[in-house]
Amino acid sequence: MPPTVTLAVTRYRPEQESEPALQNYEVPFRKDWVVLDALNYIKDRLDGSLSFRWSCRMGVCGSCGMMVNGSPKLTCAAFLSDYFPGPIHVEPLQYFPVVRDLVVDITDFMRKLKKVKPWIIRKEEKPLAEGEYLQTPDQLDTYKQFSMCINCLLCYSACPIYGLEPSFIGPAAIALAQRYNMDSRDEAARERLEILSEHDGIWQCTFVGECTKVCPKNVDPAGAIQQYKLTGAAHWFKSLLLPWGTK
Amino acid sequence: MSAEVHYTPYHPKWYRRRVSVWWWLQKGSYTTFVLRELTSVFVAFFALVFLWQLRALVQGQEAYAHFLVRLRTPLFLTVNSVALLFVLFHAITWFNLAPKAMVVRVRGRRVPDWIIAGLNYLAWLFLSGAVAWILLRG
Repeated sequence: MPPTVTLAVTRYRPEQESEPALQNYEVPFRKDWVVLDALNYIKDRLDGSLSFRWSCRMGVCGSCGMMVNGSPKLTCAAFLSDYFPGPIHVEPLQYFPVVRDLVVDITDFMRKLKKVKPWIIRKEEKPLAEGEYLQTPDQLDTYKQFSMCINCLLCYSACPIYGLEPSFIGPAAIALAQRYNMDSRDEAARERLEILSEHDGIWQCTFVGECTKVCPKNVDPAGAIQQYKLTGAAHWFKSLLLPWGTK
Repeated sequence: MSAEVHYTPYHPKWYRRRVSVWWWLQKGSYTTFVLRELTSVFVAFFALVFLWQLRALVQGQEAYAHFLVRLRTPLFLTVNSVALLFVLFHAITWFNLAPKAMVVRVRGRRVPDWIIAGLNYLAWLFLSGAVAWILLRG
């Protein structure tokens, strides 16, 4: 008999259950399968009622983040062989409200992301006729790492601060703010600093560092936040010494 | 969880799990983090002992001798040893994290993390050496 592995999947069907419960599924164990393949096998062959999000299957779209054996993972990159012989425990991303089964509501993040203005802001746009805003490879290099974020939210699920203080703007949104702050074409670093220096911003972070560890794109949100704290503190000192110079 | 976060209002049946009080025991790295936060208490403790020492020094030789006797009691030796371990843990973990906050670019390239951490350790060694030299030379 070909080998199999058990997936213990959290089910939550609000019309049936008042709280999530585990359901076991026996799926074929294949070396080239990831947890997402196993979930799709369940959906196709065993239980069509299982709900989960996924799209690209290749670590680009950021939709298939779930807790696998207690750690936030992109299920498209979590090989069954790394968890064999199992059972493999699959849960929805922690700290987010569960809508159904493995699907969480990410409205909170979308709201926070918009709050940090993650787009290029110019004090004055130059006329189209003058062409594009040019950038050297070195200038690109300063923020490129932070621009790799795919909004998969594994970092939020790894951050106990976000769990305890849901108002915290959180790792990905701050890293993306930093991405635009460091972009040579952007001119709104001051504006973002004001938003991020508020109570729910960078100072909520106590540098647990787990966000960086779980990031599938090596964005290093923890680094972004600490660097931002340095900027924030320097700005504060400057405004203390030269109150008229920072306005 | 606080009720401050406003999610879309038309989801009456979400399930929200409460964060356990014991969350920091669920993962080794969380426990390390909480221990690192706790080290601040011991750093403060050493600062207080130092202030106490200064006070004794100002009060004269007798008070200082009394202070030294106090420090040699088993209670103080134990507490100081534990505090020293925590302060070392504090220094080492923070030095290792320093490269995350300090991005130094030389000729457009980022200086590798181990150099930044290494410079911190070197500064630590140098300052400790200087203090030891001042104290022990006579």
